Amino acid sequence: MPDGSFAHPQQRQFNPYSENGGTILAIAGADFSVIAGDTRQSEGYSIQTRYAPKVFRLTDRAVLAVNGFAADGNVFVKKVKQRLEWYRHAHAKDMPLRAIARMIQTMLYAQRFFPYYVYNILGGIEEDGSGAVYSFDPVGSYEREACRAAGAAQSLVQPFLDNQIYFKNQQSLPGQSRPLHLPLPEVLSIVIDSFTSATERHIEVGDGLEMYVVLAKGRSIQGLESFRGVQELTPNPDGDRVFVIRRELKKD
Amino acid sequence: MNSLVSQFASSGHEVELRKARQAFEDDDESLEMWGSQAGFGPLSKGIPSFSVPSVPDPSAFLRLHTDDHADPSCRIKIKHGTTTLAFRFQGGVIVAVDSRASAGQYIASGTVKKVIEINPYLLGTMAGGAADCQYWETYLGIQCRLHELRNRERISVAAASKYLSNLVYSYKGMGLSMGTMICGWDKTGPAVFYVDSDGTRLKGDLFSVGSGSTFAYGVLDQGYRWDLTDEEAQELGRRSIYAAGHRDAYSGNTINLYHVKEDGWRFIGNYDVSKMHYEGPNGTGYGYEIRTGRTEFC
Repeated sequence: MPDGSFAHPQQRQFNPYSENGGTILAIAGADFSVIAGDTRQSEGYSIQTRYAPKVFRLTDRAVLAVNGFAADGNVFVKKVKQRLEWYRHAHAKDMPLRAIARMIQTMLYAQRFFPYYVYNILGGIEEDGSGAVYSFDPVGSYEREACRAAGAAQSLVQPFLDNQIYFKNQQSLPGQSRPLHLPLPEVLSIVIDSFTSATERHIEVGDGLEMYVVLAKGRSIQGLESFRGVQELTPNPDGDRVFVIRRELKKD
Repeated sequence: MNSLVSQFASSGHEVELRKARQAFEDDDESLEMWGSQAGFGPLSKGIPSFSVPSVPDPSAFLRLHTDDHADPSCRIKIKHGTTTLAFRFQGGVIVAVDSRASAGQYIASGTVKKVIEINPYLLGTMAGGAADCQYWETYLGIQCRLHELRNRERISVAAASKYLSNLVYSYKGMGLSMGTMICGWDKTGPAVFYVDSDGTRLKGDLFSVGSGSTFAYGVLDQGYRWDLTDEEAQELGRRSIYAAGHRDAYSGNTINLYHVKEDGWRFIGNYDVSKMHYEGPNGTGYGYEIRTGRTEFC
C-alpha cells in the first residue's frame, strides 16, 4: 500500500521523456528540396494542440524538421539556431548545408549519455546548388539521402516514398528510363498524398500540413506558381529562396 | 609583399585586428566561442565533453531508455544489426559490408555507409551503434591527421587502432557499442585490427563482425587463401556478405566493397543483394535455385 511507510518496497525511475507523435518527411530534387511535417501534437490519446510547428527555417538554404519529444525538439532547434548565428557573426556568411549536418551530428552526440529524444531531418541546398536531405538518429548518426520519412507514421510513409521516389519494386517498360530526380509539382503532390494517407490511418497524424520548399539560387519558381497559398520567407529573390505552403488535414 | 609589410607595420587595419584579438584572448574568450569550431563543438578544447543525467547510475538510465534488445518498447531506438568483414591477403586488404540498419523490427535504412573512410590509407567498419562508430572514427581521422603533421609520417594501422581502443576503453561501462575493423596499409604492409567497445584489440588476417558474421565466416573460411588474386579476393568478400544478407534477417540490401592496396584504398562497387541472388556480379546468380536450375519453387 503506498501509504508513505517503508513497509512495502517501492521503485521509481527517472523518466524525462515523452512521445508527441506526428510525422515529418523530406525529399530532395535536382535543384530544390521539400521538407514537410504535420502540425498535430499529442500525448497518448489526447491532442495537446493542433498547431505546433515541427519544421523550421534555419538559413536561406537550410530547413530542419524535428520529431519525437517536442520539448527536446524545440530546445534542440533553438540551440542549432544559436550556433548558426554565432557562425554568421564569425564568418559573415551562412553555414553551408553539409557543415550544418556535421554540426548537428556533434550536437546530438554531445548528448550521447543523455540523448535528445528527437529524429532530425535536414533539407536544403548544397553549395554546388543541388538539393539535399540529411537524416539523423537521436545520437547523431547521419546520412545524405534523396528522401526520408520519420516519426509516428514513418512505417506507413517510407514504403510509399521508396516506391514513388526510388521506383522500388516497379518493373520498367523496355526502353524506358527512370528520372533520377522528380520535378517539383510531382514531389509536392507525393508529399500531400503521403500526409493525407497517413492522416487516414494513423491517429497521431493530422490537423495541418506545412511544406517548406527550398529553391536553389537562380532557379525559377516554375512548378510552384500553380500552387495556392505559397508564401515566400526569404527577403531577396536573387539567392536561394525558401517558401512555405500550408494545407489543412483532417482533424478527427 | 603586401602581407610581409602588414606583418611588421604598427598601424593599419590588420594591426587593429591583431590588437583586438589579443584583447579578446586576454579576456579569456577565444574565437571558438563564436562558433568557429570546425563543426566539432564538444571537441574544440581537445577533450570531448558529454552531458550526463544527474541520476545515481547514468549508464542504467541510458540502458533503460535506449536498449532495444532488452526492452522492445523503449523509446530511443539506436540503429543496430550488421554484417561486416575484412581480410588480409597477398594483394592487400578486402573490406566488404552490407548496408542495412534496423531499429527493432523496422528496417530504418537500406543505404547505410558502413565503411568509414578515415583517410586515404585507412578504413574503419561499422557494427553496433551507428553513431558511435561514425563519430569516433571521424574523431580518429582528426587524430591521425595531427599525428601526420606532428611526426611528418603517416600513422601505422597498429597505432591508429590502439588510439581507438584506448579511447573506447576510457568509456567502458558507459554504454558505447561498437565492433570495428581498422584496415589499411602501412610500412609493414597490409594490416587489419579488430577493435570493440569492450576494449578488445586483435591483430589478424581475417575478421567478420555483426549479427550475420557467422554466415559470412562460413563462406570466407571455406574460400580463404593468402595467395588469392585480386579478383578472387573481391569475389570472396562479395559472396560472403551475400551469404549473410541471405540468411541473416538483420543484414541485407546492398554490399559495399573496398580494396586497400599500397597506394591507399579504392572503392570497388555497390551490389544489390537481391540482384546478386538472381544475376550475380556477371550473369550467374549466387542463389541455390539459380545455380542448380531448380526454379519450380521460386
